[in-house]
Amino acid sequence: MPWTGIQADGRRDCEVYGADGEAGRQLTYRDAIREALDQALGMDPRVFLIGEGIDDPGGVFGSTLGLAEKYGSLRVMDMPLAENGLTGVAAGAAMTGMRPVLIHMRVDFLPMAMDQIVNHVAKWRYMTGGKVSVPLTIRAITGRGWGSAAQHSQSLHALFAHIPGLTVVMPASPRDAKGLLMGCIASGEPSLVIEHRWLYDLKEVVPEEPFLVPPGVGLIRREGTDVTLVGVSHAVYDLLLAAEQLATEGISAEVLDLRSVRPLDEALIISSVRKTGRMVVMDTGWKRCGISAEVAAVVSESAHDALRAPFRRICIAECPAPASAVLEDAYYPGCADVVACVKGLL
Amino acid sequence: MKPVSEILIELYRTMLRIRRFEERVVALYPEQQMKTPVHLCLGQEAIPAGVCIHLGREDQIFSTHRSHGHCIAKGMSLKSIAMELYGRETGCCRGRGGSMHLADPEQGIPGSTAIVGGSIPLAVGAALSAKMQDNGRASVAFFGDGASEEGSFHESLNFAALHHLPVLFVCENNQYATSSRLAARQPDTGIAAKGAGYGIPSRELDGNDVLAVYRAAGEALGRARAGKGPTLLECRTWRWMGHVGPTCDVENGCRPRDMHEEWLSRCPLEQLRIRLPESGALSPDFLESTELAVCLEIDSAFNTARHSPDPDPSQILRYVDGRG
Repeated sequence: MPWTGIQADGRRDCEVYGADGEAGRQLTYRDAIREALDQALGMDPRVFLIGEGIDDPGGVFGSTLGLAEKYGSLRVMDMPLAENGLTGVAAGAAMTGMRPVLIHMRVDFLPMAMDQIVNHVAKWRYMTGGKVSVPLTIRAITGRGWGSAAQHSQSLHALFAHIPGLTVVMPASPRDAKGLLMGCIASGEPSLVIEHRWLYDLKEVVPEEPFLVPPGVGLIRREGTDVTLVGVSHAVYDLLLAAEQLATEGISAEVLDLRSVRPLDEALIISSVRKTGRMVVMDTGWKRCGISAEVAAVVSESAHDALRAPFRRICIAECPAPASAVLEDAYYPGCADVVACVKGLL
Repeated sequence: MKPVSEILIELYRTMLRIRRFEERVVALYPEQQMKTPVHLCLGQEAIPAGVCIHLGREDQIFSTHRSHGHCIAKGMSLKSIAMELYGRETGCCRGRGGSMHLADPEQGIPGSTAIVGGSIPLAVGAALSAKMQDNGRASVAFFGDGASEEGSFHESLNFAALHHLPVLFVCENNQYATSSRLAARQPDTGIAAKGAGYGIPSRELDGNDVLAVYRAAGEALGRARAGKGPTLLECRTWRWMGHVGPTCDVENGCRPRDMHEEWLSRCPLEQLRIRLPESGALSPDFLESTELAVCLEIDSAFNTARHSPDPDPSQILRYVDGRG
């Protein structure tokens, strides 16, 4: 099997986020994704990519550029605007020996494929008593800003993280964008990789050789002792900025990047909160029944005694994303909200 | 090519195994030991028999909530199906699937889905896989008339036609979605006509005539394997029982009695016997010995199923994913 020899990424602690001066080759988030796809196609003949417009001049915001030319239109395949049907097609191919990567330019297109993802893909292994697996990876991108509004900017990871059988990962850095994508393809499990459009230009040192970040393993991005800041995807960036600012005021914040929302790295959350005694969770999605609620529940159930203050949650406003720039500013929380929230806890 | 007599014997034997299996479910279901909703295919036996006779073990079929007949015709053991109906650990899905999710990848059955229309894109995906691996396999999507109203049907036909995929779409048109008649759900153009919009050769045929199904499916699968793309077959038929469960729904007015009686008179097994009185293939001796053999096989399957072990509740989380 082409994936068995690839090293897992063993990082657990204190990776500096997009650090300048770290030795090695830097890649953007976009190019890290493209490199992961390129390497997966190159080493595993079972892998193919399918998505609306993935071979067009835009190349899914640049993440698939050049791959159709390199691997041909059967392995990098444009597809009809038929999200549910084509999720089923990709799943059927996955059940019969292939490892498809299905690509959506918007997370908002996933609800159209809910039937195949939730009723079929997630359950197939269980329904068949473990006899038929569905090694399908789905990439989808969350947008934000410039009036993208209600149907081009959703963060729907909690919907999918609710479903047993699905893996849901949300890379926050270029290195994880490559490692988690390869980790999902290698895992043989039905996986959803939710990327954030605002991270696409971010640069970081990314190993050139293929490597795997196993889903379900969180990462401490910055060590601290006074409060644990938990986040995913783009929220991690706001948390790191806030931690920087809090440090100048003598407050030591630990930043925990979940990286996966299913499986969830409960042990890492609990150990960090036991250390700091305080927690703020920031999500790119809504609060009600969201990942922040799940993280809070994990702490309440397993480390309640360690909390020296109530946990707090920072999420987007409980409404569809508005178009007006003024309303967008009110919709998305940011670094200042985190700083204010932490100060309120101390 | 197999001799005609062998083909006739195989078609008849498959239909009889399905018929007697389903009848046994009806007989034993009131014991309430098979705790799974059963969607029986009594009366529809000719379609799986006529299609699957053309398939090798490597060819893939995807089935529906009404899956028993397809799986029997494709080669699953009656025992592993019966054990699954009893929810046993030894069943084809280890008691995790039940009647509506029968699967046996060793026999080219990746699974069955209870969501109407779900089987269709999966079969197209298996055909795409076959094309990419260039392994000469074909796949078959079985589905009912209701599925032809789902988006997944149209999305699948479009994609399969676009890429000339080796897939056969078999619509078992039993004319009712639960208790909702076809005329209340679709304009009266016929389901086969929907294939034309995608440039897919399509035919409507008598789904109770096993020889008609046999010929049409053979031709379609020949085209598929030759790289000429998909075919849609609308096989008109009638289920003898209600949508779900071991009883008929005609008594309570769900379907009209006159139509029911007309279709009962067109039993697929009877038709084959009556049409071929002189062929010799289905001689009285053959019919008698086949009946006996099938009866013994079913006795054994259900006896084993009744006495097989249940799953261990501590293993409830097994098979959710490959990590467990």
